[in-house]
Amino acid sequence: MNAEPRTRRRTYLLLGTMVFFSSIGNVLLSKGMKQVGQVVDFSPVALLGMFFKTFMNSSIWLGIFSMLLFFVCYLLLLSWADLSYVQPASAIGYAMVALLGYVLLGESVSPARWVGVLFISGGVALVGGTNPSTTRSDRPCE
Amino acid sequence: MIFFIAIVVLSGTAGDLAVSHAMKQIGEIATLRPSAIWRVLVRAFRLAWMWIGLALMALAFFSLLALLSWADVSIVVPATALSYVTAAFGAKYLLHEDVAPLRWAGVFLVCAGVALLSLS
Repeated sequence: MNAEPRTRRRTYLLLGTMVFFSSIGNVLLSKGMKQVGQVVDFSPVALLGMFFKTFMNSSIWLGIFSMLLFFVCYLLLLSWADLSYVQPASAIGYAMVALLGYVLLGESVSPARWVGVLFISGGVALVGGTNPSTTRSDRPCE
Repeated sequence: MIFFIAIVVLSGTAGDLAVSHAMKQIGEIATLRPSAIWRVLVRAFRLAWMWIGLALMALAFFSLLALLSWADVSIVVPATALSYVTAAFGAKYLLHEDVAPLRWAGVFLVCAGVALLSLS
């Protein structure tokens, strides 16, 4: 539990950025695919048409770009932080999306989902309190 | 179906473990300047573990897509929350991370929370 403040700050910063891009990326991809429409005709010609329609969609490209940025943050974070820290901590994104959907879009949230949001928040708080990096033995000289 | 869920969870976890292992070989990145980030990424993508990890993640992703095309979403998606627990086990025994009791408690809470959130 005694990580340097600097490591902790960088960990929180990168975790926040990572969660932001993965949430934005999911929303953009979902928006793009809804614009493209449902796949109803599975003939090769129709599928090829869908394929082009998908890749002409700007939301899809922005979504893919967000996902790439998310993955870069994930890799950078893993260069010092534990996987058993990063993975549960990033789950706060699910809770945030549910909360934002409720506050901004007025989506209804069932009691079971509220309990889920509560569990995730509590779990992330517990994980967040532990030392982000437990395997680092030889620190690189800076 | 349980077999396919196991494939999704286990290959996804193995992918995360491999990628994490690759990044630990690279070592802690000292600054977040774009040029430094670029150099680290180029080095990371020369490691075999990185590509093994990406392949396993792709396998998990396409297995999930295949599974979703015929199985019940309300069972499949909550079940994949199990990956939080399998990842913690893998991190402890394969990556030798120190998973403190508080962290275990957090992992189980998150797993239950994600399952509940995707249930309804």
